[in-house]
Amino acid sequence: MSIESFAQTLVFGLFVGSIYGIAAMGLALVFGVLKMLNIAHGELLMLGGYATFWAFRTFGMDPFVSLAISIPLLFAVGLILDRTIYHRIVRLLGEEKIKNSLLVSFGLTLVIQNLAIWLFTADERTVQVSYAGVGFNLLGVALPYTRLLSLVIALTATLALSYFLHRTYPGKAILGTAEDFEAAELAGINIHRVYMLTFALGASLASIAGTLVTVIYGISPSIGIIWTLKALIVIVLAGTGSILGAFPAGILLGVVEAVSGAFIGPTYREVIGLVIFVLVLILRPQGLFTRK
Amino acid sequence: MTRFLDIHGINASYGDAQALRDVSINVNEGEIVALIGPNGAGKTTLMRVIAGLHPPLSGTVKLGDTALHPLAAYQIVEEGVILVPEGRRLFGGLSVLDNLELGAYAPRARKSRFTMLKHVFELFPMLAERQHQHANTLSGGQQQMLAIGRALMGLPKLLMLDEPSLGLAPLIVENIFEIVKRMNDEGVTIFLVEQNARRALELANRAYILEQGRIAGKGTGKELLHNNDVREAYLGYAPATG
Amino acid sequence: MERTIVFQKVTVTSFCQSDCHPAYKEFNLLLQLERVTKSFNGLMAVNYVSMTVDKGEILGLIGPNGAGKTTLFNLITGVYPPNKGKILFEGKDITVMARHQRCWLGIARTFQLARPFPQLSVLDNVTIGRVYGYDSTRNRAQAESDALQILEQVGLATRAEEKAQNLTLVDRKRLELARALAARPKLLLLDELLTGLNPSEVLASMKLIQSVREMGITVIVVEHLVKAVFGIADRIFVLNAGDLIAEGSPKVIAHDQNVIDAYLGKSFHD
Repeated sequence: MSIESFAQTLVFGLFVGSIYGIAAMGLALVFGVLKMLNIAHGELLMLGGYATFWAFRTFGMDPFVSLAISIPLLFAVGLILDRTIYHRIVRLLGEEKIKNSLLVSFGLTLVIQNLAIWLFTADERTVQVSYAGVGFNLLGVALPYTRLLSLVIALTATLALSYFLHRTYPGKAILGTAEDFEAAELAGINIHRVYMLTFALGASLASIAGTLVTVIYGISPSIGIIWTLKALIVIVLAGTGSILGAFPAGILLGVVEAVSGAFIGPTYREVIGLVIFVLVLILRPQGLFTRK
Repeated sequence: MTRFLDIHGINASYGDAQALRDVSINVNEGEIVALIGPNGAGKTTLMRVIAGLHPPLSGTVKLGDTALHPLAAYQIVEEGVILVPEGRRLFGGLSVLDNLELGAYAPRARKSRFTMLKHVFELFPMLAERQHQHANTLSGGQQQMLAIGRALMGLPKLLMLDEPSLGLAPLIVENIFEIVKRMNDEGVTIFLVEQNARRALELANRAYILEQGRIAGKGTGKELLHNNDVREAYLGYAPATG
Repeated sequence: MERTIVFQKVTVTSFCQSDCHPAYKEFNLLLQLERVTKSFNGLMAVNYVSMTVDKGEILGLIGPNGAGKTTLFNLITGVYPPNKGKILFEGKDITVMARHQRCWLGIARTFQLARPFPQLSVLDNVTIGRVYGYDSTRNRAQAESDALQILEQVGLATRAEEKAQNLTLVDRKRLELARALAARPKLLLLDELLTGLNPSEVLASMKLIQSVREMGITVIVVEHLVKAVFGIADRIFVLNAGDLIAEGSPKVIAHDQNVIDAYLGKSFHD
């Protein structure tokens, strides 16, 4: 394999990985703060993607511009879902919480999926921008504009989330609640508002991922569960205590998939992800980016 | 002195067991009141009930005329009742500064948080030195200071402390008790649970003894230091049965 | 002298050879701890503690919170080995012996957070204990009748057919005791049996513990409820911050200044 081919593989792994990362971060955020696994996360991603598709089909809006619509839309959806459904589950304890959160979020995936089928049919849809397929060529490595823009958006979102969590007052309240919700309450933090805000943020991050997925791959009502699974693998890789660590973990997975796909064979690309998942669980169950 | 914190007829469970039985306590404004008693007596459960972390089975908790139960914990903080919990419960991954700032998150305290921060740094200069360190890198004594500082940021009218001396060296314990006294001098009412019964009684104006979930005695600090009630509660020698 | 305990296909051989103290031959000295030390991450939980337990005693182990009682308890029952020191049971060195092997030797314990099999009846819970214990029997009928007898002794016979999950707290503790007794132990360690009980339940449980001793079982009681321990123990060991600070009869301990200081704390002027 030539150096250029290898570099191309790495770069594409980076591109794919950045989408994995942004898709996983929303799930990691909700899991880290609400201590609850939202199986419907992939469906929220899908909704964001469909919002982009709809804006493109109806107004010819550039998908990256449509983020201005899909992000607030999914933020609102997240607020509503928390207010109506998830806030009851968050306050449960132990086994009850686990069972109920899995059941309810699974039920939600069925509802959202069918909603999407009803609105957009089950066909796969794509968004073909005018500059699709065009890009830079840097030292023999192809860098399509769509992929580059995706990477930039994903990076920007990650940096924005990091800034929000670590440098703003409500962001720090979220981090505190994630560490010890009783201590947060004792500090006067309204944890119910924190949970609502966090869930809405998670939905927004999912919608960004959804837009990027639609541009690069296309969208259909069945992609939800696939992306939830991918996100789950990434957060296990990163370690469930690490929210921002999901981004580098996603990139790592993307690169490893791409490289092994190139050397072993494209059919094994998906398997590699699962193999790594199992290996990390056995050898370093706390994840790669958490301490201890 | 006005009846400030008024706890009446509190019954509470802990898992399956009844942890508190008909507990009634009152704390007057400006006082230091201690709650002492053997381990497992229910002291921490009572603190958690007052702070809103644990619902009682029956009974009332009032601050002046305001009923604190069934308010949520963060609402009770807004009313001015702030608990420094057992074991500190800091946000370990956040900095000392962040921990302190979050202590002022409630609306009433938020506006004055920058002035309060200066005040807390004056009280605890070693926290100012380490303000950007992660809270879990501090020593036990420093963590306790931070926990108290965080509570102060919330502008407490009534400050509750659950075993502030636990696991700390005697010199540091002295330091902490000095600070508690100083805060009381500045007008903060104090309700204190302490492992070290003697030290608590020396500091407090009044004290209650909790034994097996019941109030087994009460009096002024001086009274209890010199009578046998406390020793009875902890080590009372009951005649053999059967 | 070799004693062999056969259980299914596993054979555990206990031996008492040249390192046997003469007193052990009569097994009056049931348990001996020699300078036992345990630390966790540099924190000394149990600090060179030595103690002896005679057959037929009720021994109390008390001390303020964090004194090391639970750690000592766990060392005796085999949850983890000590860093230094020896533990001898009936003359045998059990310092590093596994938990289930100690059970086969005749050491049983109760758990503070009792976890019976919730869907099984009270009787079944105890019957299982009869089948897998020190002096076990594989005969189901025998095991059941033994179990019923034990239930009588702890006062649960009337609830034999009830599901374990439906019991009240005090009955659940009785069930826990019955399960431990089902293993027919020589030494029974009770872990905070009295926590959460009201005063009359405490008195009843104290009588129960004394009746256990009358069955010929030696008992070590770890308790926060010092008054109750004073009421039933023959001897008491007091731990504070990992050190053994006092031992003696209840009367002696109740007036020991070190013990009072440990519980009440040091005054400002000390």
